[in-house]
Amino acid sequence: MDAKKILNKIGIPRLIIGSLFLIMLILAFILEIPMDGIAKDILVRFGMNAILVLAMVPSIQSGIGINFNLPLGVIFGLIGALVSLELKLSGWTSFVVAIGVAVPLAGLAGYLYGVLLNRMKGQEMTVGNYMGYSIVSFMCIFWALAPFQNRELTWAMGGSGLRTTISMEYSMGGILDNAFRMETYPASFPKFLVKFLEIVPLGLLLTFAILATMIWVFSRTKRGTAMLVAGNSEAFAVSNGINVNKQRIIGMVLSTILAAIGIIVYSQSFGLLQLYTAPLYVALPATAAILIGGASLSKAKIIHVIIGTFLFQGLLVVAMPVINIISEGSMAEIIRIIISNGIILYALTRKEGGA
Amino acid sequence: MKNISKFYGENQVLKDVQLNIKEGEIHGLLGENGAGKSTLMNVLFGMPVIHSTGGFQGEMIFDGKSYAPKTPTEAMEMGIGMVHQEFMLIPGFTITENIKLNRENTKPTLLSKVMGPSLEKLDLAKMKEDAKSSLKKLNMDIDEFLPVAGLPVGYMQFIEIAREIDKTNLKLLILDEPTAVLTESEAEQFLKVIKSLSEMGIAILFITHRLDEIKAVTDSITILRDGTFVKSTATQETSIVEMAKLMIGREVETSKSSKKDIDISNEESYFELQDLRVRMPGERVKGVNLKIRKGEILGLGGLAGQGKIGIANGIMGIYPTTGKILKDGKEMKLNDPRAMLNESIAFLSEDRKGVGLLLDDAIDFNIVVTSIEIKEDFIKKVGPLKMVDKKEIKSHGEKMIKDLDIRCTGPGQETRFLSGGNQQKVCIARALTLNPDILLVSEPTRGIDIGAKNLVLDTLVKLNEELNMTIIITSSELAELRQISHRIAIISEGKVQTILPPDASPEEFGLAMAGEDIEGRME
Repeated sequence: MDAKKILNKIGIPRLIIGSLFLIMLILAFILEIPMDGIAKDILVRFGMNAILVLAMVPSIQSGIGINFNLPLGVIFGLIGALVSLELKLSGWTSFVVAIGVAVPLAGLAGYLYGVLLNRMKGQEMTVGNYMGYSIVSFMCIFWALAPFQNRELTWAMGGSGLRTTISMEYSMGGILDNAFRMETYPASFPKFLVKFLEIVPLGLLLTFAILATMIWVFSRTKRGTAMLVAGNSEAFAVSNGINVNKQRIIGMVLSTILAAIGIIVYSQSFGLLQLYTAPLYVALPATAAILIGGASLSKAKIIHVIIGTFLFQGLLVVAMPVINIISEGSMAEIIRIIISNGIILYALTRKEGGA
Repeated sequence: MKNISKFYGENQVLKDVQLNIKEGEIHGLLGENGAGKSTLMNVLFGMPVIHSTGGFQGEMIFDGKSYAPKTPTEAMEMGIGMVHQEFMLIPGFTITENIKLNRENTKPTLLSKVMGPSLEKLDLAKMKEDAKSSLKKLNMDIDEFLPVAGLPVGYMQFIEIAREIDKTNLKLLILDEPTAVLTESEAEQFLKVIKSLSEMGIAILFITHRLDEIKAVTDSITILRDGTFVKSTATQETSIVEMAKLMIGREVETSKSSKKDIDISNEESYFELQDLRVRMPGERVKGVNLKIRKGEILGLGGLAGQGKIGIANGIMGIYPTTGKILKDGKEMKLNDPRAMLNESIAFLSEDRKGVGLLLDDAIDFNIVVTSIEIKEDFIKKVGPLKMVDKKEIKSHGEKMIKDLDIRCTGPGQETRFLSGGNQQKVCIARALTLNPDILLVSEPTRGIDIGAKNLVLDTLVKLNEELNMTIIITSSELAELRQISHRIAIISEGKVQTILPPDASPEEFGLAMAGEDIEGRME
């Protein structure tokens, strides 16, 4: 294998982001920033975002391309969480109820959106983008008028309309992150295990692992195979008796449901529920992450999700303290925006997929 | 034109072709699809495709001067006009604007005196007058300010010609299959117009495969076959039968694959098409009736654009279809590929790369995918889930690769990287795996080399013999149809022209392909 082949195999986005990540890591080491803090942050950020990135997979596999309408699923995830908060649930019940409310709603929305997309084939990504904007704007009205009563959720003054950010500290905050952590560890626990459990958000990562496995298993079933074929070549699928429209709807339903679950998992780790325009900022980082991971507009695998989320979130986590020490102000945020948009731009200019 | 040769890459598509056209004569150019007619015209008209692929050899003399156009503009300046097979009209413009396109009559204005002639005002009155007189020469009476969009195709054809004859210096007009889109009465009027044009002193080069038109209207003809010059003669000295023979030419090579004998007298039909109509763009089928026996190989032949490709696509339901399809006396559901597959009817598309293969997937997956979908083969049940059995797929893929001699790096290789012949073998392997009762094969040997070609044909014969599979093969290559089929149906203008035995004479095939009534001519 010559250098060019190796370069092709790695892919330019992965190469650039990977080396930036390494440089930042080395800088962090030189600047004596505590490494276990960084490791913990990277793992948490990975777990928070990975499911949202995973939501891109069925959408790309079914031939729709990148799901820029991720906010649709996110909104139903938020509604699920809000219902659970309104009922003043806490702990695992609160988490399970949130998921239980969100999933069917997101599934229905994904179905209707899939039907819409089947009528405008070839324009999915443009439609998705604007659909995302519209639905978020529409929901801004909903959040302001929704009849939630819990004083924790509504504005302190006036008592109606939901707040922009809602604390989840007393409901499901950190429930997955801390699933395997204890207040005090038994003395019999070896020290390294305690340290491991403190650094690694095991529950968070396990949730992702379970969902990723489900998507992977699905892709190996007859139904999943049909979806992959439909996404790969519509003409081929039609001539082999596969109902392409149905496969695309399945892909969109899965994607929307994953987005709903993804935002609930994200919020419990973050500790805050973000309403109003916040869902707008979900699609771009997820898109950037999966593309960095090596996916293209027509091919995506679970491994792309893992690599991409790790590199993208890892870079952001390390860059923040390093750049804050080296320079003034909010450079890290600016770099995040440049990277995510730059990578999306790059991916849109090339059609064929990476490894 | 003398000794014109043209290579596309390593393929020689024209070999020492001669063409002599006298002033004011109508000259017919005849040949099958792929005989090199269009390439020759592109050379003559200086189309960019010729020069971007390395130019041509030979010399052309036009009007006593040596002539080698690099662009169509140069050809036009010399007085050569061309009417293309596809219309080159702007639908939203009026007839006048189309006729005068880029040669508009203009009047100077104040602005143009300052800024140059490209800002001169259009002289609409003059343009209208010119357009009217050109149309008049064609016996056309129509409002010159109608937009072109929405006019009948026949009119569009005349407008194209009007545009050419409006050029004052026109000496040679090339017409590329002008009557293909016309109705009979339009074609008749059109031929009259051509005659009157030639009386005006304009030489006309007329390309068509309708032999009777050639016979009726031309003064002399040139026949091409496989890129070589066959014969040039005065029209009176030849007959339609002879022309047909020269066009098809080659006798079939003796390599008649050892096809099995079937009982031709058995009239019982196994698969039947009744008034099948398919709306496939460029390959419309306009009412085909066919009866096919069990275990037969039926060839579908004919020229491009006549509808032979549309039949298999219509049966599979890939393009909108009406009519009746019966298998074993049972009526099939139309426009539903899945229903057809469920009835054990499979299809190998002529569009190998677009429809026939998943280019980004592995060979073994390509081979089994239809069987997974339709027959649920290669599936193992894990609880409620129907999981795809990767191991079995791989071993089946390896077996097929060995059986069909697919040249590849292994069953995991993506089909995109295979050669055309090996890609076709993958398609055939898929059909083998599915093992249907009826197999529809379209253009199985298009774009593949001779070795692979024979293997593909032999495999089809083997399927027919060993599994008694009924095969309907569509091909533009008459030789291969004659090699493997039991009967050959020639499709012309969307209908079955005639059904011939494979050992019928070249004249019969030539006449049938040109849409001629054989009975009448052979007497």
